[in-house]
Amino acid sequence: MTAVICRHFGLKHIEIAEDIASDTFLKATENWAINGIPENPIAWLYTVAKNKTKDYFKHIAVFETQVKNGIQQLTPETQIDFEFSIENISDSQLSMIFAVCNATNSTEAQICLALQILCGFSIEEIANAFLTKTETIKKRLSRARAILRNDNFQIKTLNETDIKSRLDTVLKTLYLLFNEGYFSKTKNQLIRKDLCAEAMRLTLSLTENPLTNMPQTSALLALMCFQTSRLDARRDMNGETVLFVEQDKNLWDKALIEKGNYYLINACSKNEVSKYHLEASIAYWHTATTEQNKWEYILQLYNQLILIEYSPITALNRTFAFAKVYGHKKAIHEAEKLNLADNNYYHSLLGYLYAGINNDKAILHYTEAIKRTKSTEEKQTLAKEIKRLAG
Amino acid sequence: MKEFALIFRNSVNPDAKPSPDQMQQVLEKWMNWMAGIAAQNKLANRGSRLAMTDAKTVKPGNIVTDGPYTEIKEFINGFTIVKTEDIDEALEIARQCPILLVGGSVEVRKLVASDDNS
Repeated sequence: MTAVICRHFGLKHIEIAEDIASDTFLKATENWAINGIPENPIAWLYTVAKNKTKDYFKHIAVFETQVKNGIQQLTPETQIDFEFSIENISDSQLSMIFAVCNATNSTEAQICLALQILCGFSIEEIANAFLTKTETIKKRLSRARAILRNDNFQIKTLNETDIKSRLDTVLKTLYLLFNEGYFSKTKNQLIRKDLCAEAMRLTLSLTENPLTNMPQTSALLALMCFQTSRLDARRDMNGETVLFVEQDKNLWDKALIEKGNYYLINACSKNEVSKYHLEASIAYWHTATTEQNKWEYILQLYNQLILIEYSPITALNRTFAFAKVYGHKKAIHEAEKLNLADNNYYHSLLGYLYAGINNDKAILHYTEAIKRTKSTEEKQTLAKEIKRLAG
Repeated sequence: MKEFALIFRNSVNPDAKPSPDQMQQVLEKWMNWMAGIAAQNKLANRGSRLAMTDAKTVKPGNIVTDGPYTEIKEFINGFTIVKTEDIDEALEIARQCPILLVGGSVEVRKLVASDDNS
């Protein structure tokens, strides 16, 4: 709703749009509790919003004509007859997504903005998700919104070339948003699921719009489906991480895996291979637990991925796959060339690879990993492994 | 960090007709080797294989001959560019190149930077 209203105010007045939106929802809760949910709730909501917007402009008009001497022009759209068609809503939301996922802001800022504006998270909820203080989030958001205002991004003027060039950035932000939920530092399982779900919802909306329904978009959605399918199995009842090999596969969401397959196939409709295609394919193989040669396929995919884009995590994941295909000894050789001695995952991997071959070295690496990780949960998991090797 | 070109050479063995399996193995080795370099974050430019067809040589006197062949039987197969601290590191990488297993060679040459006098 904020998006639709913003389309007519311009982003300069995003706070007002948000206020109107929340006022509208407040009115809904009050009214519907007494009178029940109306037959067409969407129309009801947007009618109220429309009226509130009209009122607001009336106030502004009074101010502008009688108090100020009409120097400033009102923002272009003074016609408050906006159509609340499904098309208009989804277009506005799309434009909003593109406005928010703006590379001039840092990635944390983009994610915060996305959560607040696109997903309606409160500042406390965002702070919880990031495990930071609300003050930090407030500052981050106000800086980001200032940049957004100054950018003067006209939501209405989004054309095809704009969309194509900014799609990469948008997908990246959504990817990071999903990551935030999937690897979240918070123990709160609900929040993590929420973040993943929001990222998926936004990506889904991109696939539903012909302008943004590119193979990469489908690939990203496929990836999110596959990863989300295991969210329930990744934590046990005490909130501790369950390793992949030990997960109860019955807890995997099969419907989501099916969806993932569907979107992955869609993504392969043209001959494009993006980073998301590769990651989605790898995620696919992880859902295919009975396939004998899957690690060979996974290694090949990681080979391609690391050639497209280097990242320490990809390098380490590739080495893990390498170990599955060529054995731990050769993988240790590969791993030690990686030059990632500062990275806690590097040490976790080497600990794992050395276990059974040279337990002393394994314990040494696990100890290094514990030193370098900030996650108490990881420390626990690693400490368990050390005990197992030593005992 | 410096950049080094790895230039791959091989010579044609007219009797060599690798089976699909052998081709697959070679491909696998190359991918693993290349990806290994990328995993160390030492790949500057993946480079390219150089085709054997669509290949000509231009010589003085406006002579154009077919293929990459000159007087010697060896020809350049492709190239890659790595980024390392020094040539020894680049050599370490070159030593693992799968082309060495089939009688080829790797020439390692530092790229001359603009502020270089070598």
